[in-house]
Amino acid sequence: MPVIELADVSRAFTVTSRSGLRRTRREVRAVDGMTFSVEPGEVMGYIGPNGAGKSTTIKMLTGILVPSGGSIRVAGVDPSRHRLKLARRIGVVFGQRTTLWWDLPLKDSFAVLQKMYDVPLARHRENLATFVELLDLRDLLDVPVRQLSLGQRMRGDIAAALLHDPEIVYLDEPTIGLDVISKARLREFLAQVNAERRTTIILTTHDLDDIEALCTRVMVIDHGHQIFDGTLDGLKSSQSAPRTLVVDLAASLPAIEVAGATVVKVDGPRQHLTFPTSTSAAPLLAQIAANYPLVDLSVSEPTIESVITQLYNSA
Amino acid sequence: MPSQWCPNPRVFPDSGRFCVPLWLSDITCFERRLRVGVYWAIAVRSFRRFSTYRIATASGAFTNTVFGFILCGIYLTLWHERPGLGGYDTADALTFVWLQQGLLMPVGIWGATTTGELGERVRSGEIAVDLYRPTHLLLWWLSVDLGRAMFQLLVRGGAPLLVGALVFDLKFPSTPQAWLGVAAGVFLAILVSFGIRYLVALSGFWITDTRGMEQLALVLSTFFSGMILPLVVFPGAIGAIARATPWAATMQVPIDIWLGRNPGGTGSALLFQLGWIVVLLLGAQLVTSVATRKVVIQGG
Repeated sequence: MPVIELADVSRAFTVTSRSGLRRTRREVRAVDGMTFSVEPGEVMGYIGPNGAGKSTTIKMLTGILVPSGGSIRVAGVDPSRHRLKLARRIGVVFGQRTTLWWDLPLKDSFAVLQKMYDVPLARHRENLATFVELLDLRDLLDVPVRQLSLGQRMRGDIAAALLHDPEIVYLDEPTIGLDVISKARLREFLAQVNAERRTTIILTTHDLDDIEALCTRVMVIDHGHQIFDGTLDGLKSSQSAPRTLVVDLAASLPAIEVAGATVVKVDGPRQHLTFPTSTSAAPLLAQIAANYPLVDLSVSEPTIESVITQLYNSA
Repeated sequence: MPSQWCPNPRVFPDSGRFCVPLWLSDITCFERRLRVGVYWAIAVRSFRRFSTYRIATASGAFTNTVFGFILCGIYLTLWHERPGLGGYDTADALTFVWLQQGLLMPVGIWGATTTGELGERVRSGEIAVDLYRPTHLLLWWLSVDLGRAMFQLLVRGGAPLLVGALVFDLKFPSTPQAWLGVAAGVFLAILVSFGIRYLVALSGFWITDTRGMEQLALVLSTFFSGMILPLVVFPGAIGAIARATPWAATMQVPIDIWLGRNPGGTGSALLFQLGWIVVLLLGAQLVTSVATRKVVIQGG
């Protein structure tokens, strides 16, 4: 049974703009006709450009915003009607905000959470021990949160969101501003939590590496509409973003001519060609090797960035 | 699920057939079993938090003490010219000064860090984060404010009073019952003040710029709490009105309980405070519900 179900959900806002003395009211649809469901244990990447309707959807899923149309069920309840009840079963992390007590040691925040979510003490200790171990928080427990680095604070926030064994966790840009090592560590931790506890994770991010590392499913939205829902590989092959072939020749030549590929850049003896994802690279190589002094070559797949850019532009 | 949350599923089944409107369901939504533990834990953390600001606390207490001496100079002159003004003798007037300086911060006559932060969260929209917690907004902030007030009462309240008592001949309650009355009066004063500050902070849901509101609250609070002059010195209708406002319940009333100068005795003074607490906290809960609905339904 799906843990999250949306049926034809939309959300409109009334925007009042004033020019001179005239006031005009206009309805903006932030989310329009959204229908999808998420199974327990899924890790879904939820991506879209700024203003696409990502946070509006998350707010409706957590019950702090009522949809203007359609129906939502999260963990078996209507979120806006049972906001407080639902709050005990979900975890939320905002990359740019903290729910920790700023001036107090990290452990104080955890102690309040145990009371707040009525977590049995034994279970709380067990969870805390696990997260302290996995997120390397041991030396940070006695440090006031304001003295933590961004990466350390983020680890604290993630642990705080998971201490009460939530069924669903919403992560809003959890890796924003973190260095490469901190990012990798956080992703590894989330993957482990998902695997061991079957926690459903909804991840909104602009960092597509997060998606590559974690998500079994990707949803792309733009202007309040779903424009893609499927696996990452599915996303890549859904778009005809070209692959790139880089060849090193024995000498600097003018742009070479190859059937089925086009030269986009000549850089001394090195030439860059693009060709559609659907065609094989082998016949192209044969052609080039037969006609030109080929020294070395490499083929690169389209980047997820280029795929998504293309998706936004075509929507 | 250890504790149940309303709407009571039997009365308001989720089928949608028998549901009350959302705005009503939120107002009628109370915890059936109030989880005291979490609010106590919050108050304790808030107390600890304020105890980390050592230098600010020390310099604040010093400022209160300096102002205490300045005001004593003024009041001594005033009561020398008009002995028995407002029914106070000189010792009453001087005790008033040091109690006033001691209560200023704990009660939050000029606002407090906690409710100031609440107002800031309303303005920035960060208040939405508070709605993700399975706790009541009003009770959360009340606990935070009580933790702050208890710390400031112990440190910022005690220090000026101690210095004042060393230099001047001040009045102190003489019986355990009188001390109990003072403790109750101060506690209720903090609740009244919280009610007012909370409402001012939440006004940000409707007014884009709450600075005007805060200024107005500051002026009203400064005058009607008795910060400028004890309210007992104001004659006739002005005095009667001033002593009936909720601000009177934040400072004038608890000080009068200390001095044993309440016209109707300590009991009626406490009832007066309780009356304002009921009005303000009910109003605060109503405003919280309406504001939450506004965020949830209109989107902020």
